[in-house]
Amino acid sequence: MEDDAPVIYGLEFQARALTPQTAETDAIRFLVGTQSLRYDNQIHIIDFDDENNIINKNVLLHQVGEIWHISTSPADKGVLATCYNKTSDSKVMTCAAVWRMPKELESGSHESPDDSSSNTQTLELLCHLDNTAHGNMACIMWEPMGDGKKIISLADNNILLWDLQESSAKAVLSSSTALEGKGQLKFTSGRWSPHHNCTQIATANDTTVRGWDTRSMRQIYCIENAHGQLVRDLDFNPNKQYYLASCGDDCKVKFWDTRNVTEPVKTLEEHSHWVWNVRYNHSHDQLILTGSSDSRVILSNMVSISSEPFGHMVDDDELSDQEDQHQEEKKKFKVLNSPPCSKTCQRSADYPSIQSTLNAFLFCVLCYASNVRRQD
Amino acid sequence: MAEMEVAGSGAGGSPEAGSGSGWRRPHGPLQRYYGPSAAEAVEAAPDPTDINGPHFDPEVFLTKVRSECPLGQLLAREAALGREIRALDSDMQTLLYENYNKFISATDTIRKMKVDFRRMEAEMDDLAANMAAISTSSARVSAALQDRHRRGAQLAGVQALLRKLQSLVEVPGRLRRWAAPGAEPARALRCHARARAVLRHYRHLPSFRAIEDESHAIMAELAQRLRTRLRDDTLDPKELTECVEMLLQLEEPPEELCEEFLSHAGTRLEAELAALEAELPPADPSGAAATPPPTSDILDFVDRGSSAFVGNLCLLAASYRSLFEGRPGAGDGRLEAFAATLTTRYFELLERRLALERGLGDTSLLVRALDRFHRRLRALLELLPAAGAEAGAALVARAARERVDRYLRALQTFFLGCLGDVRQALAAPRPPGKEGPGLPDLLATLASSVLGQLKAVLAYVQLFTAKDVAFASLPYFKGEFCVEAVREGLVVAFVRWLCRTARGFADGPAERGAPAAPPALLLLLARLCLDYEATTISYILTLTDEQFPPQDTGPVVTPGPALCAEARGAAQRLLDHYVQVQGAAVAQMLRKSVETRDWLGTVEPRNVRAVMKRVVEDITAIDVQVGQLFEEGVRRAQSSDSSRRAFSVYSSSRAPGRYAPSYTPSAPMDTHLLSNIQKLFSERIDIFSPVEFNKVSVLTGIIKISLKTLLECVRLRTLGRFGLQQVQVDGHYLQLYLWRFAADERVVQGLLDEVAASAAHRCLDPVPMEHSVVELICERGPPRVTLENSLHLSLVKSLVTMDSPDVLERWTDRQTLLLEEIRSI
Repeated sequence: MEDDAPVIYGLEFQARALTPQTAETDAIRFLVGTQSLRYDNQIHIIDFDDENNIINKNVLLHQVGEIWHISTSPADKGVLATCYNKTSDSKVMTCAAVWRMPKELESGSHESPDDSSSNTQTLELLCHLDNTAHGNMACIMWEPMGDGKKIISLADNNILLWDLQESSAKAVLSSSTALEGKGQLKFTSGRWSPHHNCTQIATANDTTVRGWDTRSMRQIYCIENAHGQLVRDLDFNPNKQYYLASCGDDCKVKFWDTRNVTEPVKTLEEHSHWVWNVRYNHSHDQLILTGSSDSRVILSNMVSISSEPFGHMVDDDELSDQEDQHQEEKKKFKVLNSPPCSKTCQRSADYPSIQSTLNAFLFCVLCYASNVRRQD
Repeated sequence: MAEMEVAGSGAGGSPEAGSGSGWRRPHGPLQRYYGPSAAEAVEAAPDPTDINGPHFDPEVFLTKVRSECPLGQLLAREAALGREIRALDSDMQTLLYENYNKFISATDTIRKMKVDFRRMEAEMDDLAANMAAISTSSARVSAALQDRHRRGAQLAGVQALLRKLQSLVEVPGRLRRWAAPGAEPARALRCHARARAVLRHYRHLPSFRAIEDESHAIMAELAQRLRTRLRDDTLDPKELTECVEMLLQLEEPPEELCEEFLSHAGTRLEAELAALEAELPPADPSGAAATPPPTSDILDFVDRGSSAFVGNLCLLAASYRSLFEGRPGAGDGRLEAFAATLTTRYFELLERRLALERGLGDTSLLVRALDRFHRRLRALLELLPAAGAEAGAALVARAARERVDRYLRALQTFFLGCLGDVRQALAAPRPPGKEGPGLPDLLATLASSVLGQLKAVLAYVQLFTAKDVAFASLPYFKGEFCVEAVREGLVVAFVRWLCRTARGFADGPAERGAPAAPPALLLLLARLCLDYEATTISYILTLTDEQFPPQDTGPVVTPGPALCAEARGAAQRLLDHYVQVQGAAVAQMLRKSVETRDWLGTVEPRNVRAVMKRVVEDITAIDVQVGQLFEEGVRRAQSSDSSRRAFSVYSSSRAPGRYAPSYTPSAPMDTHLLSNIQKLFSERIDIFSPVEFNKVSVLTGIIKISLKTLLECVRLRTLGRFGLQQVQVDGHYLQLYLWRFAADERVVQGLLDEVAASAAHRCLDPVPMEHSVVELICERGPPRVTLENSLHLSLVKSLVTMDSPDVLERWTDRQTLLLEEIRSI
């Protein structure tokens, strides 16, 4: 635990989809979905044993196609949803489905990696989200605090709200709305706000960020030209209402107050290429993790716009210790994240440069070149 | 001559003796040195042979002459001596005669005098007797007259006294006459002053007291009248002074008079100030309302102010001094406090008037006005040192400072105007075939007009420190004004502002709100800032320091290098932004083209996609644009055949040791490993890295951004076999045309290799196109020939060698049919 080196776990295939398991409260568990056009794709369940600093992994086969997006149910740790490419007749269709993993993996079994790699198991399909009428699925969001019954998927220019019934065996489209406008509009990413009784979501299409009310399916705010180029990802501050982070191809990370969307609250320009992901640390929301195709993952400490702006953090001492040790990092940057609910950062193309660690704070970085690195 | 000879032989023995005195003379000192005893002997012993000397001994001389001289010389000498002796004899005779004659005549004169004196003695005795008789009779007469004389003197004294008394008695009458209104109070005062002492002295006599009382009453009445007059507003300062002077002579209490005097003068001065104020528009606390332009210019205003107000104040101070000097209770403090209040008000008025000088107007007029003000103020200050010298100087300084600030704003406005013109020139639609003004021209115009304006402003500002301006000698204008106001406040501030403004184009409106600046403008400003860094800033600063020499002990100035660094920073930021904007434009094009195409269902590539041609065209245009303003830059040395080198993903002739991902369908893991290891050793490419100030670096930056975008976009797609081949063709095409723009060809190569490798990974059916076919498609210019697959290669090659367009076209038609047949199967 004390050493600085990341734990590295190699995957067979390239991968873009990564998610923490939010329903799991005992173990640190991440799911990774691979992308391979020619072989059966896999979902790797990675358990991190932070006492021994080792990884336990299980591999599930996901035979229907390469995985572009993965998310887990907040209520049932055995349930997950994927967006995957289905190729047929020189057509590529991105579909979505809800799956259940085999029972014995749910509990986070501690098999040794050697054994588990031999017997790969298959996911049990619960239901398809029928998107034939709506286009390609971009991502699936679970209702953050809910019972795992409500999901929203973004398909081309549609927002679809589904009810999972009969213990997720059946998905019923309960409401939907379409984004109208000139040109071919396409959602790239979305995020379900944990605030306001989970009635708001934010979506990104091209350079615009929009907020929606899930009850009326109406647009509630719109940030035109939030970024100079395409917006790649969004995240809500888990502890502070109205605060939203976005990132995009203009190499910037911006923070917004959704009540006043004319100007960003703050802008970071630390990356030198597209920023693909942005995530808040769920317990210490001043910590922002961003991943970029400039091969860097940067953790920023944004105390000024966090929910605890005056720095009265419980573990202030702990943080400052680390900061002293790792002064080579820029300004207030520390690479930290909290384990149980950490969302992770995906896909940095070449060598992700991660520099410092902290006990019990952990995040996971997925490199396109088939490596997962876990960072203490 | 004889002595010469003697001296020469006396020195003795030298062979040259007698050959000529002229030759021997310079040897004298030497001889004295070597033979001191001989020389001393000659000098010490009196020479008996010197015929004119006191120790002349004829015997010695004769013996000597006889023994030494030849006969001829002896004869000549004898003759000469004889002549001399005769001449001396005759002279002596003449002198003797003269003496004798004089003695004779003197004896005669003395004898005559003896006779005359004897007669005079008798006459003197007679005179003495007569005088004694006269004095006796005179004494008798005066004794007889003495008594009468005394009585006459007494009578004259009585008469004088009576006349005095008479005049005293007349005093009240005269006083009354002169003190009457409209008469001559001054004479009355003089009269009273003369009489007063006497009357006071004899006041114990009742008659005198009556007179005194009466005259007192008259004078009191006069004083009363004078006081009334003093309160009269129409009194001019001279009359006022007279009036007060008279009252003072009447021994009125000075404090009271002082008060009256000042208050009266105050009213007058206030009136003058009010007249000045009337010219000003009413004070507007909000300051927002547009005030009408003042009716008269500032010089006029100051002129009137200084001649009326300051002049009167000077007069007042002078007369106050002369009136109340040395009187108790009327010290300078009062006058100074009084003057200070008034001058403060005057300054306020002047300040308000100065504030009205909104436009740039005529600076020389302002300088002259301030100069006049300052001169008059100095005159006042000589009289009243405490009347707000600092305030006056500060007022002038403030006005100057204000003007400098205004110039700064004018400069800024001017620069923005110039920028507006440039933007317009850049945006103006150009008639085809006719080039608009080139970027270098625009840059030159912009730079020179801004510099010219700056110089003009400096020239105007220099008026404030001209030698003939009085206030230029103030320490403020010598030191602080030069450094803080002009150098820092005007020049440095302007350069800083310019850099900031230029930077603003890069930082500010790029994405939200205002329309973004055209890229050419960014480029132009980058060059401008760079030029400023290189030469202009140091030139401007030198110019400023020459025109406004800074004091040695003055405040710290912003050093030139700091400004240069700022300018360089701005230039760097602008150029980086230019690269990002242009790169983003190209990248956007590439991204859309990759995202909208159906890569799975595409047909076999027949030609390079139009978007790639567009990309090359755009980059060529950018190259031209950048080339107009920036130097070529250094390119990494490259092999001569680099342009011909294969787009090498699949080529067999791969350069050893280079990163070149290979594709082997059977072993994906191995290639990953291989490529990862190779990447570790290849150079890392920073995509949005700062660029250098040259064309190659700028172009490299743009190309890097574009190609990286292509790479990322391709990775997000799933490709069919022909999709892959199309990417191959496009990549080769880009390689073919872009390498020459980049600083390091390997950067282009590396990125395109990665694109190809990623495309291969994302391909369902990765069958690459024959490399020679790829080359052919790319090199053929606008291709029309359809290539189904490499089977046709040889055929096409032969056709191309035939170089016959007709055949080629016919073949194309046939080929199209063939293609459709194959599709149907």
